[in-house]
Amino acid sequence: MTALIVEAAGPGVTLQDGGRHGYLRYGITAAGPMDPLMHATANRAAGNPLETTAIEVSTGGVTLGAEGGAVGIALVVPGFRVSLDGAALPDTVALTLEPGRTLVVRAGAAGAWGYCAVSGRIAVAPVLGSTATHTRSGLGGLDGRGLTAGNILPVAEARPGEAAPHRLVSPWLERDPRSIRVVLGPQDDYFASDQIAAFLAGPWVVSPRGDRMACFLDGTPLRHAKGHDIVSDGVAMGAIQVPGNGLPIVLMADRQSTGGYPKIATVIGPDLGRLAQVRGGGRIAFRQVSVEEAVAARRAERDVLREPVAREPVVRTDFTSDFLLGLNLVGGVADGRA
Amino acid sequence: MSAALDEPRLLDAGEAALVVEFGSTVDPAISDRVLALDKALGADPPEGLRERVPTYRSLMLHYDPLVLDRAALIERVRALATGATTGASATTLWTLPCCYAAPHGEDIGQVAERTGLSPDAVVATHAGATYRVYMYGFAPGFAYLGGLPEVLAVPRRASPRPPHPANAVVIGGGLAAVATVPMPTGWYVIGATPARLYAPERDPSFFVGAGDLIRFEPVDATTFDALSAREAAGEPVARRWESQA
Repeated sequence: MTALIVEAAGPGVTLQDGGRHGYLRYGITAAGPMDPLMHATANRAAGNPLETTAIEVSTGGVTLGAEGGAVGIALVVPGFRVSLDGAALPDTVALTLEPGRTLVVRAGAAGAWGYCAVSGRIAVAPVLGSTATHTRSGLGGLDGRGLTAGNILPVAEARPGEAAPHRLVSPWLERDPRSIRVVLGPQDDYFASDQIAAFLAGPWVVSPRGDRMACFLDGTPLRHAKGHDIVSDGVAMGAIQVPGNGLPIVLMADRQSTGGYPKIATVIGPDLGRLAQVRGGGRIAFRQVSVEEAVAARRAERDVLREPVAREPVVRTDFTSDFLLGLNLVGGVADGRA
Repeated sequence: MSAALDEPRLLDAGEAALVVEFGSTVDPAISDRVLALDKALGADPPEGLRERVPTYRSLMLHYDPLVLDRAALIERVRALATGATTGASATTLWTLPCCYAAPHGEDIGQVAERTGLSPDAVVATHAGATYRVYMYGFAPGFAYLGGLPEVLAVPRRASPRPPHPANAVVIGGGLAAVATVPMPTGWYVIGATPARLYAPERDPSFFVGAGDLIRFEPVDATTFDALSAREAAGEPVARRWESQA
């Protein structure tokens, strides 16, 4: 059978589908991609339903091979370094991985998470309806753990991609971390108005100790108006809780289903990836929007993903960042498959 | 139950979740309202409602705002939350075998010290009560139970004890719980049940719902082992009763 071979994987590389939904009421975390928009983009480019299982690549990087047949791959890892048999490729690329060839993805100048979607279906057994890996509870993926060297990922209904690599054109993934949109609440009433203003003014620096569970922020601590303990209530992905030390924590894909700190605001769904992509030491700022604006952003995101992802031939193999930036300025990019 | 007359607060948790907050404390009357709304929405869920997460005091509704309009959801919630339903409907009662003896009830001695009860009295008091599943949270299948007799209301530990085995029966902070997954804990481990409230490979993976009632039936260690073997073979050892709440 056609399969992907994990030749090497750094810590934090996992299989993720759209998430394990329907079990939060039993304490089961949804997991799913840290950057849902990027995950969906990779699947769209691979010709899959948007929530199909893909490899989530951390800054630990991954090295992949194929066996039993060629596998079409859509690799969306902006800021990472990518090579196929040693030849550099764009960081957002569709290619065919043939047996005997080696695809290497390593952390680069930017980006914390990327996605490798295959044209076909990574055939691992779903647990509670999902293949999303939640390592803390040992659910999903391959035995509930991150990928490691030697893992074999069978690919059902494998389809080869184009013979030559093509750069994927996905300008919607160029997102500004200095403008992460939030809706205030649900416990913004635990903070005086000057503290909400301070929260929105920032700036905040992403701490290096974050992971799939949470993004810790450093900055000037916020003060609570009514204490920092609440009787636990539900937690959405993107909830920004403020514990006793006043430093906000944004709860991400692997968060617990409930929590007992006041949540000053919630990052809107379309901007979860924008935040997730900021590495430790990176500066971010929040911008308040209404629920209506957030829903409009969500609709715009859905509409973007309805179209095929445009692609263009890779005309050179040694891409400098200046060259890539230049490409982004070129308008009227055609769908390379036309 | 004057709380039942108050309108719940509706709090946005982003654009895809709404918190319906009935109060800010742990209170059976508030829990009743949370669970009644949960049940009512579950009986006829509007399209686009993705998950309902009951907690002690609120119901979090995760929804797809491109399918279910916030205003329509709020209208539905208001209509149901202000209705007469306050949990006075048929309720499921579960009897879970529980072994309080060694090696399972590791911390009974400590609870006896802190409460001034004899170890036997700790067991009799815990096993004599009827519990309500307030909510799940913290970890897969971790069921928070209300109804712990006041005399067993010991505070949680200042620092966690070493990990307990799966399906530990624990108390702490005035609550009881069944802790399905091994982990370090600040609670006191007073027994273990052979019934698996959470089994990801089983269908259904969970059988006890929020709002259900639970009683613990003491069994000795030999019986515990026999029941564990039956449970492992796929024969459920929890017994179910339908009752009036």
